Amino acid sequence: MIGLYHRRAFVNVLAILLATASTLIGLGFLASILWITLARGLVAFGMPLITRITADGAQGGLANAIVGSLIIDCMAILIAAPLGVMAGTWLAEYASRSRLGALIRFMNDILLSAPSIVLGLFIYMVVVLPMSAWSNGAVSFSALAGALALALIALPVIVRTTDEMLRLLPSTLREAALSLGVPQWKLTTQVLLRAAGSGILTGVLLALARLAGETAPLLFTAFGNNFMAHGPLDKMASLPATIYQYTNDPDPAMHAIAWAGALMITLFVLALGMLARWFLSRGHLRHE
Amino acid sequence: MPAPAPRRADLDARRDRWFAHSLKAAALLVLAVLLGAALSTLWGGREVLIGHGLDFLASSQWNPVAGRYGALAPVFGTVVTSFVAILLAVPLAFGIALFLTEIAPPWLRRPVSAAIELLAAIPSIIYGMWGLFVFVPFMAEHIEPMLDASLGQLPVIGALFSGPPLGLGVLTAGIVLAVMIVPFIAAVMREVFLAVPTRLKESARALGATPWEVVWHIVLPATRSAVVGGIFLGLGRALGETMAVTFVLGNAYDIHASLLMPGTSISSSIANEFNEAVGNHRSALLALGFLLFVVTFFVLLIARLMLRRLARREGAT
Repeated sequence: MIGLYHRRAFVNVLAILLATASTLIGLGFLASILWITLARGLVAFGMPLITRITADGAQGGLANAIVGSLIIDCMAILIAAPLGVMAGTWLAEYASRSRLGALIRFMNDILLSAPSIVLGLFIYMVVVLPMSAWSNGAVSFSALAGALALALIALPVIVRTTDEMLRLLPSTLREAALSLGVPQWKLTTQVLLRAAGSGILTGVLLALARLAGETAPLLFTAFGNNFMAHGPLDKMASLPATIYQYTNDPDPAMHAIAWAGALMITLFVLALGMLARWFLSRGHLRHE
Repeated sequence: MPAPAPRRADLDARRDRWFAHSLKAAALLVLAVLLGAALSTLWGGREVLIGHGLDFLASSQWNPVAGRYGALAPVFGTVVTSFVAILLAVPLAFGIALFLTEIAPPWLRRPVSAAIELLAAIPSIIYGMWGLFVFVPFMAEHIEPMLDASLGQLPVIGALFSGPPLGLGVLTAGIVLAVMIVPFIAAVMREVFLAVPTRLKESARALGATPWEVVWHIVLPATRSAVVGGIFLGLGRALGETMAVTFVLGNAYDIHASLLMPGTSISSSIANEFNEAVGNHRSALLALGFLLFVVTFFVLLIARLMLRRLARREGAT
């Protein structure tokens, strides 16, 4: 009896120790990644980083990559947000019981974790190649193609949050509006989407945070550019693609610039995450 | 009734119809993207898929100069790195979920789970850089010589752990992938562990079960399908991950028994070669993309089906 009791107590303590150890391992990796990014990123941090372009190499900065990333990410969100909100609204308000709605919701969850590199190949096949064929090669890789590839990554995030946020709203809200004779489109746009607004905005911010670090799909859509791009149909540099290129360079000075870029992306992603949390908490307060 | 009233209603009805149709079109876009991604890569890879036939899957020769393309080495690399990642990530994620639901004092749970979630927010390119500049040297100097000297000398599993301490390689890529997918698996586990009714757990405690026995005999069986779903979700992520793997895998079209040797994966082959590839080479890379997409689709399909089953059961009670 005593032996069994002690063994069970021992197994229990062992499990607690191992679980605590795994948490510490996870936190250790996080601390190491954040610390290394901060320490190595600060080395090359400075004015030249945002004033000089990548054509200057080791003496240069990341100005064109920063501007490029901002443009491509904003274009991607501008494409994905309206479509995503519309699709999410349809799922929550029109198709909550239909089989097609269930199928699309299910497939959207799969798209959410689909490999982004294949989405880049998809845009290469349906945007980059046809545009190159139509323009006889004058336009091939473009910022627009990059934005479309990123939009496909942002879309499922926005669809899902919109769907979830709308379904959280009390049905009395819908019934009250409908009983006043308000048509469905007005109910949706002026009552429901407004009530779920802060939640949906959270989803858009989280989608943007995911885009900021996406690299693989940009390689064969926006490509890269050592100078400022001339427009949305020109090849455009982006921070992640430039970091990828600089990391593969043997020159340590390039690595320092890559780390500075990595630090920028990390700070941007963390700031967006905090902003999203703040919006979400504010939204909850208002509902209560 | 005066005349304008029905016209107003008609107008509203027409607008309602248009509104519903445009929303539905946006929703159908989700299906179109999935279908389009599969079909476009299949179309782009048709030359190699038809030209090489089954040889494409069975051959380990990848030689753009000779025009021979066999997918075995990248497929092998993708499968083995993901397997190593799952093997390491599942116990780690289980430990974290256990810590967050049963062990940690309440004031510690929120900050720790936020920190673990942060691990999922870090972009994969940062994992790649950290892996290449920090973790690869660490593996080469400390872990791999130790593995080679200890596990590498054992009879059967020795082949897995013997080799030169390059740092780059399948094991390193598997570990970096494991760190990346831990937060996804841990989040699913934590969520479903919390959903187990408290009275079930308290009944077991009242009968004298230790906290560990409650988790092992009550919580885990009750949430088994969702836990498996979470693991498949992590697997789906690991299979398609590109940047982190590309930096640390070594980019060599070889198949070795040893985990310490460099290799390649589907996604890193595409990332490394696509922009320089022309003709059949490009077609072969698109065919690889198709393969990756189909495999991850089915892995994620299983994951979501497992997770949905739990959601439905919860809804029923």
